[in-house]
Amino acid sequence: MNALGKALLGFWESSIGKKLIVAVTGIMLVGFLVAHMVGNLLIFQGRESLNDYAYFLHHFLHGWGIWIFRLGLIGAFTLHIIATIALVRENRSARNSRYAYDATVQAPRSSRMMIWSGLTVLGFVIFHILHFTIRVDPDLAAMKDPMDPSRHDVYGMVIKGFQNPIVVLFYIVAISFFCTHLNHGISSLFQTLGLRSEKTRWVIGKIGIAVTIALWLGFLSIPFLTSVNILKDKGSPEKSAAHGASVEEVVKS
Amino acid sequence: MNLTLKVWRQAHANDTGSIQTYEANDIPVEASFLEMLDIVNERIIIDGGDPIHFDHDCREGICGMCSLTINGVPHSKDRGITTCQVHMRKFRDGDTIWIEPFRAKAFPIVKDLMVDRGAFDRIIAAGGYIDVRTGSAPDANAVPIPKHDADASFDSAACIGCGACVAACKNASAMLFVGAKANHLNRLPQGEPEKDKRTLALVRQMDEEGFGNCTNQYECEAVCPKEISADVIAKLNRDYGAAVARDAVAD
Repeated sequence: MNALGKALLGFWESSIGKKLIVAVTGIMLVGFLVAHMVGNLLIFQGRESLNDYAYFLHHFLHGWGIWIFRLGLIGAFTLHIIATIALVRENRSARNSRYAYDATVQAPRSSRMMIWSGLTVLGFVIFHILHFTIRVDPDLAAMKDPMDPSRHDVYGMVIKGFQNPIVVLFYIVAISFFCTHLNHGISSLFQTLGLRSEKTRWVIGKIGIAVTIALWLGFLSIPFLTSVNILKDKGSPEKSAAHGASVEEVVKS
Repeated sequence: MNLTLKVWRQAHANDTGSIQTYEANDIPVEASFLEMLDIVNERIIIDGGDPIHFDHDCREGICGMCSLTINGVPHSKDRGITTCQVHMRKFRDGDTIWIEPFRAKAFPIVKDLMVDRGAFDRIIAAGGYIDVRTGSAPDANAVPIPKHDADASFDSAACIGCGACVAACKNASAMLFVGAKANHLNRLPQGEPEKDKRTLALVRQMDEEGFGNCTNQYECEAVCPKEISADVIAKLNRDYGAAVARDAVAD
């Protein structure tokens, strides 16, 4: 093997190398979550905004864009999981006899259940993709935008998807677990990337908590407000002024 | 004072070992923790038993020889001290105290509470040094060192290599120890030329010894008798990333 290959293999086989991979893929995944949440919040602007956004995602770069994005995301997600599982296995084998009296001085609870909160996230992601991306429920898959029946009605699908209180409860529990994972993960990645020092220590924990709370509120606002009937699908096409005018113009011409 | 001790007894490295209960009565409140064990051991010897084996040396908190996990915390729950600086006045009459060795696969138990911390010696041998031309000592101040760097290096050099960081870590990771050793030398102009080589060698040896990986929970920092900050781990991560990158592409 050449020198570069040896260096890369050594990097993967080392403890810190795998941790750096977990941190860098973690940043990518958190970046995706922030973008996903901001996109989701378009639901509060109404059907047209959200459906336009969904249409854009599926058609930019002639439809290639979303697949480039998805492959990157799947790659980061897979690497994050593989590296973490390898690290956890090493950690388990590093202590072959357990303490009879087990004490914890300062490790927060969220940091001690990362593998479990992480596996919850994996389960949630699979459910979420089946629910809203692949749409295994034929009722959700068949929804068409009342203003443009050629495209999928994401707005209606989300509201209909959250009509089942068990689904809403599942989202709330799973995303809350997700957020305990993020709280430790986000502050940890600064340490792993070597950005924690006497100067930055005070702010790193706060960044973790702030980003986590913002994501928790942003993501859960939609199922929560739908379940209490504040966010609802009025059924009839709600034509915005601009969209309505253009339709009339088309009719006139 | 009268105490109940729950002590890990293990006859030899391959024995399974178990917790044994001892009644430690009439212990003077002025005694240190290790003196309390000495008293208990004298009574065991008088009764014809095998005394509890534990490591100790200077009993002044500077040699790093004493170990012991006391009620689940290496060197006890009080901050910034070694086991030999724990005193019985910190306990109450009637207390039950759990005494266990530093547990890690990389620190095999020799007997009872004694563990083999040779893994640390091998890490030091791999990179915890600088190559220097031997001869007469250079003039003091011949090599200018910024005050901040000297202080940061000195804080890391305070590590006595006791292994409490490994014992406390949920993953038996040695990152605080290795971080301290790397930071001690990497920060100084004398250590600078071999910085990458040292960082890579220290981490490689640490991994080979079978220590776990850091999960950023900072239990190590909480029990370190020299109160070394987990910031040295961040510095080690940074130095390692840079060393790998330079090693992969630079001549």
